[in-house]
Amino acid sequence: MQTNKVELLHKRYLKSLQIEKRWVLLYQAIIFILFFGCWELLSQKQWIDPLIFSSPSKIWELFLAKIQDGSLLSNLGVTLTETVFGFILGTLLGTLLAAILWWSPMISKILDPYLVILNAMPKVALGPVLIVAMGPGYPSIIAMGAIISVIITTIVVYSSFREVDPNYLKVLQTFGATRLQCFKEAILPASFPTIISTLKVNVGLSWVGVIVGEFLVSSKGLGYMIIYGFQVFNFTLVFLSLLVIAVFATIMYQLVDLLEKKLIKE
Amino acid sequence: MSFLKVQDIHHTYFTKSSATTALSNISFTVEEGEFISLLGPSGCGKTTLLSIISSLLKPTEGTVLLEDKPISTSKNQIGYMLQQDYLFPWKTIEENILIGLKLSDLLNPKTKTNALNLLKQMGLNDSVVKQLPKQLSGGMRQRVALVRTLATEPKLLMLDEPFSALDYQTKLKLEDLVSKTLKEFRKTAILVTHDIGEAISMSDRVFLLSTRPGTIHKIFDIPDELRVLSPFEARNHESYSTIFQAIWKELESLEHANQ
Repeated sequence: MQTNKVELLHKRYLKSLQIEKRWVLLYQAIIFILFFGCWELLSQKQWIDPLIFSSPSKIWELFLAKIQDGSLLSNLGVTLTETVFGFILGTLLGTLLAAILWWSPMISKILDPYLVILNAMPKVALGPVLIVAMGPGYPSIIAMGAIISVIITTIVVYSSFREVDPNYLKVLQTFGATRLQCFKEAILPASFPTIISTLKVNVGLSWVGVIVGEFLVSSKGLGYMIIYGFQVFNFTLVFLSLLVIAVFATIMYQLVDLLEKKLIKE
Repeated sequence: MSFLKVQDIHHTYFTKSSATTALSNISFTVEEGEFISLLGPSGCGKTTLLSIISSLLKPTEGTVLLEDKPISTSKNQIGYMLQQDYLFPWKTIEENILIGLKLSDLLNPKTKTNALNLLKQMGLNDSVVKQLPKQLSGGMRQRVALVRTLATEPKLLMLDEPFSALDYQTKLKLEDLVSKTLKEFRKTAILVTHDIGEAISMSDRVFLLSTRPGTIHKIFDIPDELRVLSPFEARNHESYSTIFQAIWKELESLEHANQ
């Protein structure tokens, strides 16, 4: 009797959760439809300048055309490769730098003001220098994607290295562990959650670096499509690129999120 | 020749604004197989002394000799147990108990079997081996930590309030288990505690430390009839309360002297 009642209440609770979820989804769909619907309507009625703001239907047509001639996929491929390499490189280098800082408190004290300066400086401003130094191609754009996230990664990961409970190190030291062993057995695994979460931030940052890099180099990629569309006043192309970037940046973010959930089961 | 010789230890901590003398004039010897307790109010430098004996901390002055050799050169001769278990949460129980062997390159099938057998002796069955620390209760985790410490077969054991984070019942049970295990392996141990009962029931001698700077105020020899008993039985023996009263009085007088 009692158990039946509990079961019933539990079912009711689950049902209420489901109903809430449906409402949220409904509102999200309404916003989506309203946004694109209004955009289309305003553009068709010429209440906004269709030349500047384009319209969803035109973007869709262009999307199909660009898929058919293969140029969208090849540009997307370029940008995706650059971004993935950029953010992996940025995260790895940042973690490596953080490890060096942890290794030597002296180095970390010496480098402290330089890290602050480098962190404060807008890294995209280095773009022209990178392109001249490394040539207008993959390397310089990947470097842009990496450089934008490397310093902030260093700072965040280094502080998480330092926050590891010193008693874990004490345990290792009583077994005669070297500093390298301490790093491998305690510091790095304890900071793994932080490193994964910087990965999430770095996905976003690397997109910025790569797109700006492509603006500057202007030869291929989604950033190039934006800057080309802007130059020939084809804003349908600009919006198409923007929407594609939004979709793929979201997908990448979700993938890292999935990775985080898989790696950190705790 | 004594097993462990602590000679004229002084230790001072320096900060920007002050220099605090934590320990002064500490000398004592410990025989092999003996169980010593360091008892004293918080802030008397008990943990500092343990860290110095286990060569984690270099004293400002003084030497520590283990079997007539300076302690700093002897690796893996000392096991250290902390207030909490500090098992690595990302390692399984097996990886946790083998970490000491792994770090000192002593990991081989034989030592591994030894460690796993030790786990069984502590009353933990095979099912926990592949589990993570968070799946175990506090008492079980502290037992795993003891196995981890004993796995490298240290000659000297440092117990830094290892039962203080446990509930009373678990604590009493673990005291019995630790005491039995150490006697069985004839291990020499130094226990830091602020629990008078724990000190009396587990040790052969109790060192009472005074505060600021920490010095050895008085040494109590625990009577033989208590030594042979398990900690739990010792707590119920009639001579237990006599010595409890004696230590209590000394602690009171220390407190008065400080005021």
